Amino acid sequence: MAISMHESVGLGRPGETPPSGADRRRSPWLGQHIGTALVGAVAGYALGHFIGNSIASGYANVQLNRQNNVATVLALTLGVVGWLLGVGALNYPILKLVGKEPAPEIEEKGWGRYFRFTLDHKVVGMQYIIGVLLFLFTGGLLAMAVRTELLSPTTHYFGPGTYISLVSEHGTVMMMMATSIITGPIAGWLIPLMIGSRRMAFPRVEAFSFWMFTAGYLVIMTALPYGGFPTGWTGYAPLQTQAVGGMDSYLVGFAVVGTGMITAGFNIIVTIINYRAPGMTWSRLPIFIWSLLAVASLLALATPTLVTGGLFGILDRTAQTAFYVNERGGSAFLWQNLFWFFGHPEVYIMALPGFGVVGEILPVFTGKPLFGYRVGAAGMIGVALLSFFVWQHHLFQSGINPDMRPLFMLTTELISIPTGFIYLTGMGTLWKSKIRFEVPMLFALALYFNFLLGGISGVFLSDVPVNVTVHGSFFVMAHFHYTIMGGLVFAFFGGLYYWLPKMTGKTLNKKLSLIHFWMMFIFFNCTFFPLFIVGLLGQPRRVFEYAQRLQGLNDFSTISAYMLASSFLVFTANFAWSIFIDPKPAPANPWGSRGLEWQSPTPVPFHNFDRIPVIYADPYHYGEVDAPDIADFDKVWATAGAGASSGGAGGGGGGFGAGTTIEGGPSDV
Amino acid sequence: MSDQQATVSRTAGGPNHGARLAVAWLVISAIVDPLFWFAAGPHMPPGDMTSSASGAQFDFNVLMMAALPVTLGVWLYFGYAIVNWRASKGGSDLIGGPKARGNMKIQTAWIASTTIVVLSAFVFGTVELIVPAGAGGGEGPQPIWTPTSKTVLPIQVIGQQWKFTYRYPTYGGFETDTLMVPNNTTIAFHVTSLDVIHDFWAYQLGVKADANPQQDNVAFTTTHALGKVTVRCDELCGIWHGAMFNYGHVVSKTTFQQWASSNETQLAAVTKLLPPFSWTYTADANGADGVYYPDNVDKYSKIQVYGAQPVSVAQAVKPTS
Amino acid sequence: MGIAMAWPPRDEPSETVRGKGRYVVGRSARLGIFSSLLAVAVGLVVFVSMAYLRSEPPTLDFAAGHSQGQAVDMTLQTVGAIGFGTHPSWVSYLTQAPDGKWVHTTLWDLPANTRVNVTIDQYDSGSALRNPQVGAVYGTLGNAATLNGKPFSLIDATKGNGVGHTFSIPTLGINVPLYGVNGNAKNFCNSAPCTLSEAHNTVEFSFMTPKTTGQYGWQCFVPCGGGYVYGNGGPMQTISFMDGFLKVVS
Repeated sequence: MAISMHESVGLGRPGETPPSGADRRRSPWLGQHIGTALVGAVAGYALGHFIGNSIASGYANVQLNRQNNVATVLALTLGVVGWLLGVGALNYPILKLVGKEPAPEIEEKGWGRYFRFTLDHKVVGMQYIIGVLLFLFTGGLLAMAVRTELLSPTTHYFGPGTYISLVSEHGTVMMMMATSIITGPIAGWLIPLMIGSRRMAFPRVEAFSFWMFTAGYLVIMTALPYGGFPTGWTGYAPLQTQAVGGMDSYLVGFAVVGTGMITAGFNIIVTIINYRAPGMTWSRLPIFIWSLLAVASLLALATPTLVTGGLFGILDRTAQTAFYVNERGGSAFLWQNLFWFFGHPEVYIMALPGFGVVGEILPVFTGKPLFGYRVGAAGMIGVALLSFFVWQHHLFQSGINPDMRPLFMLTTELISIPTGFIYLTGMGTLWKSKIRFEVPMLFALALYFNFLLGGISGVFLSDVPVNVTVHGSFFVMAHFHYTIMGGLVFAFFGGLYYWLPKMTGKTLNKKLSLIHFWMMFIFFNCTFFPLFIVGLLGQPRRVFEYAQRLQGLNDFSTISAYMLASSFLVFTANFAWSIFIDPKPAPANPWGSRGLEWQSPTPVPFHNFDRIPVIYADPYHYGEVDAPDIADFDKVWATAGAGASSGGAGGGGGGFGAGTTIEGGPSDV
Repeated sequence: MSDQQATVSRTAGGPNHGARLAVAWLVISAIVDPLFWFAAGPHMPPGDMTSSASGAQFDFNVLMMAALPVTLGVWLYFGYAIVNWRASKGGSDLIGGPKARGNMKIQTAWIASTTIVVLSAFVFGTVELIVPAGAGGGEGPQPIWTPTSKTVLPIQVIGQQWKFTYRYPTYGGFETDTLMVPNNTTIAFHVTSLDVIHDFWAYQLGVKADANPQQDNVAFTTTHALGKVTVRCDELCGIWHGAMFNYGHVVSKTTFQQWASSNETQLAAVTKLLPPFSWTYTADANGADGVYYPDNVDKYSKIQVYGAQPVSVAQAVKPTS
Repeated sequence: MGIAMAWPPRDEPSETVRGKGRYVVGRSARLGIFSSLLAVAVGLVVFVSMAYLRSEPPTLDFAAGHSQGQAVDMTLQTVGAIGFGTHPSWVSYLTQAPDGKWVHTTLWDLPANTRVNVTIDQYDSGSALRNPQVGAVYGTLGNAATLNGKPFSLIDATKGNGVGHTFSIPTLGINVPLYGVNGNAKNFCNSAPCTLSEAHNTVEFSFMTPKTTGQYGWQCFVPCGGGYVYGNGGPMQTISFMDGFLKVVS
C-alpha cells in the first residue's frame, strides 16, 4: 500500500514523541547517550591526568614550572577515548574484536536518538547541524571579544595574553567548524538521498566522525582554562613549544578533529563512488556531490599531514624532542611546511562545498539547467588538485629558499582559473533566466558577491611584491574572511534555508529569514571591507595595539561586527521558533526542485528508498517542455497528479509556478 | 503553462543583453581604471620612500587595473541579471535544454581569457620580483636576486621576545633600539631572531622578512626619500606581539654618518660585551634557568651568550656571495 | 485523498507517519524551555567573560591625590619563586601599594608627564644575558640608575652574579638591568613577599611618564621563565609576573 503523501506532510522529527508508548523502543534515558559520554570523558580525563602525573611529575622542567604537558595530553586523549566509549562509538569494533555479534541495527525513535550514537545519516546530519552551530556561535562570540578589544588602540578591555588567547581560540574553533560546516550536516544528510542510496557506506564511521567532531569541541574549549595559547590557529613553532597548557588542547584538539575529518573524507569518497543508484552516472551526479568528492579527497589526503605535524608538536612539548626547535637540530620551517601543506588544501575544503551548494540552488531558482556543468565539476577537481601545490605562498617572506617563489606565485594564480569556472557556471545559469528571490537564492547570490572580493584580493596576495606589504596584515585577514565567511558560511545558511524544510518538515518564517539575510549580508561587508583598508594601511594581524589613525575604521568594523552577530540571533530565533516552538509544516518540495532528494516524502523514511531508484536523467532539466523524468518513480508521481504538489518536478517549466504551488500543492494541510 | 508560453512569445527577440552589458562594462572600465590610476594610485600603500615600496605600490596599482574591471564586470552582470531577469517580471525567453547547458564558444573564451590574465599576472609578478632584487621580501640566507649597487649597507635586525634591535656591523657592530637608515643607499637587512619567529615589517620601506632563530633572512631595498618609518612585528610571537613596534628614520647620509659614529663611540662599552658580530646567533633553547632540555648541554653558560662565529667586516660590507 | 507516493509500495504504513500534536509539552512550555536555555547560555557567556576572561590582577593607583609637579615614588621587588597562588614556582615582580602592603600585581595607574622614582629590591639570582645589550641602563632620567646606592650604567652579566631581571618599557625606550644576588646565599628569599633582611640588591632610578595617556606595556628581558623553551614562557608571558602595564592617566 502506498504511503499517503498528505499525511506525511508536516510531521517533524525533533521534539516529537512517537504516537504510542509501544513505539518507543527504549527510554531516552537508558543505554548510552551524550550523558554517559560525558561521564566517560571525565573518567578518561582523570585517568589520563593520573598516569601523566605518575610518568612526568619528576621531570626537571615540570618540577620547575609545575606544568605537566604529559598529563595534559594524556588526560585530553583518554578523555576523548572515554567520550567515544561512553557514547558507544566503539561498541561495534570491540564486540567484533572479542568475537561477539553486535546487535542488529534498528530504527531509533523519539527525540532521544538525537543524543545517541546512531546509524541513520539523517539523524547524524541533524546532530551535526546543532554541532556546527555550537562551534559557529562559540567562535562568533570569541570574535566579538576580539573586536571589542580593538575598539581602542591604546586602552585595553582584555589583557594582552587573554587577547591573543581569544584570537587563537576564535581562529581554531572557526577553522574546525569550517571543515565540517557543510560536509558534516548538509552533506551527511543529503549524500545518500542525492545519489539514490539507502545509507552512507560506513554509517558507524559517519557517526564516529561526528562524535570526534564534538569531542574536538570539548578539547579545544579546555584551552581557555589551561591558560589559552598564544599562536593563533596556525600554531607556529617554536612559540608552540614554548606555550602554556592551552597549546596541548590545540594540538590534541586538531588531532581529534583531524581524525574525524579523515574518516569523514574516506566515508564520503567510498559512498559517492560505490553507492550511486543505477543510472546515476558521473555526468548525472549533482554538482554538490562533485564538490563533495573533491572536498573528501582533500580531507582524506591533506589532513594526515596536520595530525602528524601535531604529533611532532606534542612530542616536542612532552618528550622534549626538538622537531621544531632550530637550536636543537630541528627546524621551525618543518612545522610551517607541514601545517600549510594541510592548511592550504584546508582552505579549499572550506570553499568547495559552498560552490557545490550554490550550484544546487541556482538552477532551482533560475529555472534553468546549470550552465557548464562539466566545466564546473572539472573546476572543482582542478581546484582540489592544484590546492596541493600552492602552500608555500604562505611562506613568501619566511626566509626559505626564494627560488621556488615564482613557481608558487604561478600555481596560486593558476588556481583562480578553475575557481573562475564557478563564476562561469553561475553567470551562465543566470543568463536570461527567471530568478525567484527566495531566501536560499539570496544567499547564493551573496556568495558570488562576497567571494569575488575574496578571490580577487587573493590574486594580490599571490603577487610576491604586493605580498611584501599585505602578508600577515589585516588585508589577509579580510581576504580569508571574505572567502570563508562570505563564501562558505553564506552557502551554509543558504543550504540550511534551502534544505531544512526537507530535513525537518517545517517551514522557516520567511520574514525573519529575510531579516537575517539582509543583516548578515550588509553587516558582513561593513565588518570586513574596512579591514582590507586597515591592513593596507599597516595594521598587522593579531595585535592588541594599533595606530591611532586607524581607530575610526576599526571602530566601524567592530560596531558592524556586533550587528553581524545580532543577525545570527535573528537566525537562532527563527530556527527555534519555526522548528521547535511553533512549527508550520512544509510541503515535500516547496521550491519545485528536480533534485532526487526532494522527491522523497517528508519525513524521509528510515531507509530513504524502499527500492533503489533507477536514475534516468540529471536533476537539472529545468525550463524544458519535455523534460525527462529523473528516476523511475517520477512517472508514477506524475500520473498520480502529484506533479503539482511536488512543485513541477515533471518539467515543462512548471517549476516556475512553484510560487503558487507552495500554497496550492499540499492543499490538504 | 499557457501563461508561460505567452510570456515566451511576448519576450522573444528581446534586447541584445550581451551588447548592452559589454558596452556598459567598457564604459565603466574606461572611467574607473584611469580614475584609480591617476587619483588614488600615487597614494596607495606603502608609499614610495624606497625602491621596494614604490615597486609594491606600482604592482598593486597594476593589479588593480585588472581587478577593477573584473570585479565591476561581474557585479554589473549580476546586477543586470537581478534587475532584468526576474521571475516576477515574466523574465525573458525560457531557455532550457541543451542550449542552456553550455556554450562551447563562451566556455572556451572564458577559459582562454582567464588563463591569459593569470599568466600575464604571473609574468609581471615574476619580473617585478626578480628585477628589484626580491622586492623587499626576505630571501633567506642565500639571496638569489641581489641589488646591482656596488655598496650595500648591511643592517642586522634582531628579533627577540619582544623588541627589535639593530646592529650595524660596518660601525663596530653596535646594537641599538633605534633604526636609522641613510637616504639614497641600498640596504641589506639581515633579519634573525634570538628565540621564536618574529617578522620585521618596515612598512614605509616596503620590507618584510621573518626573523627565525639561527637563520639569516636577507631583504634588500634602496631608499630614496627622507621620513619616519614604522616597524612592526608581523608574526605572532607571544603576549607582547601587538606592542612589538618601534620607529625608524630615513635620514641624510651625513646625519646617518654622525649618528652611527657617535653611537659607535658611546656604545663601545656595551658593544664589547656583545657577542662578536655574526649573521646568526645560537640562542640557548633552555633560557636562563637551563631546564627545558634535561641533558644540561645548553645550560646557560656565562660565556655562551648569543654569539656564534665572528665574521669579518669585509664580509659584512658585501654580504652577498 | 488519493495522492499515490512516488515510492514503491510498502506492505505497511510508514512508521514515521504520525498525527499532529504529539509534542511532549505544549507550545508555551517549549517557548519557556527555549528561553531558559537561551538565558542560561547568555548567563554563561557573561560569567565566563566577566569572571574569567576579564579578570586581572588589581591595579595600584599611584595617580590618586597626585598634584602637578610632584614626583611619584614606587617600590617593587622581584622574587625567584612567588610561593603562593596558582603558579607558586614562577618568578615574579611584586609592587608595594601606597599603604605599604606588597601586592602581586604589575599594573599601576600613573599620572601623565610625571617623574616616577622607582626602587626595586632584587631578591633573585642572576645569569648571563641572552642579549647583553639589555645590560645597559638607558631611557631613565639622566640615563642614570644606582645599585645599592652606587651609580652604574652597564652590567657585565658574565661577571659576578649576573643579571637577574630587567625593568624595561620598550615603547618608551627605558631599560634598567637588575644585578643578581648570590643564589647560594644563606638568606636567599624563596617565597614572596621577601623582606629586606633577606639577600637583595636595591636598584633606584627615575623616569618620566609620557604626556599621552594610554596603556604602556613593560616587561623583563631576561629569559627567566624556567622550564620553557628559550626561557620565555609562563611567567614571562603572564601579566602580574614578568609583564605589566603603566596605565598613564591625566
